[in-house]
Amino acid sequence: MSTDSTAHGKTPTAHVSHHFRDANQEYESGKQGIWLFMVTEILMFGAILVGYSIFHAIYPEMFAEGAKSLDWKMGFINTLVLIFSSFTMAISISFVQKNQTKKAAIAMGTTILCGAIFMCIKYFEYTHKFHLGLYPGRYLDAAKVGAEHANLGMYFGFYYCMTGLHGLHVLIGMGLITWLLIRTIRGDFHSQYWIPVEGVGIFWHIVDLIWIFLFPLLYLVG
Amino acid sequence: MAGNNHKNDPNVLHPHIAPMSTYFKVAGVLFALTFLTVIAHQFHTQLGAFAAPIAFIIAAVKATFVLLYFMHLKDDNNMNRIIFSTGFIMLAVLLIFCVIDIVTRVVEVSPL
Repeated sequence: MSTDSTAHGKTPTAHVSHHFRDANQEYESGKQGIWLFMVTEILMFGAILVGYSIFHAIYPEMFAEGAKSLDWKMGFINTLVLIFSSFTMAISISFVQKNQTKKAAIAMGTTILCGAIFMCIKYFEYTHKFHLGLYPGRYLDAAKVGAEHANLGMYFGFYYCMTGLHGLHVLIGMGLITWLLIRTIRGDFHSQYWIPVEGVGIFWHIVDLIWIFLFPLLYLVG
Repeated sequence: MAGNNHKNDPNVLHPHIAPMSTYFKVAGVLFALTFLTVIAHQFHTQLGAFAAPIAFIIAAVKATFVLLYFMHLKDDNNMNRIIFSTGFIMLAVLLIFCVIDIVTRVVEVSPL
């Protein structure tokens, strides 16, 4: 056992609520709930993804024109940042399970920082597009931006919906990890109780997972 | 760790802790595959129609690594695996029926 255990010398114990058979059932029930929530996440992003594929099949040239205005280097850096944040989130769970609270807190802090870097890069991308007049849907003036296709606004509708919804998830994830960080420093989590860390971890990884697909879809393939 | 004397205690969790080296290896693989995606993209004119499938196959491999090792599905129970796969099954149903609808449409001109 590590020296920076939060249990103040005592072996940390699991608190099993009366409606659960044992500690393991309580843990598994919590995790099952998170996985059910993840299914709804897949379906929400999946619906937009299906819409994108269908309209991409109908207007391939228009989507190609839209994709050209994206800088793949920005998306590439964001992919690396998000993968690194997923890694730090995963190791923070491992540290909590081993009662290494201080290391877990550092890993969580790094995860929040990576999320912030991701959002900063997103902010620069968005403001650059607004500057060029590349707004979603009917707000995009095709004549003003010199677009080859009159319906270019549709591409940016998808772009802002997908990256915006994803960005919202990053912000919510950052908030949740901040909550975890506070509770970790307070000493709430240990080798017998870490289900909130595991749950938020799974949520953060799904955010990374969605970006893994959005990056080639928006920035590379177009 | 809880110690072996708690082995049969219902109030004690026995977590499966993946070794730290696994996380480092998986992160390394994910970074390498991200670079591979970008390198493959540099040849997208030569690859032609294969450029998109290659990019998505790499993405799917990355997603699998995240699911198995970061999200611990490798050591999880079958129930959670089935729950998560239903999301993708429903997504496939949505895509298939939308595609069938779009490709079977016939352009009709009003005689009026």
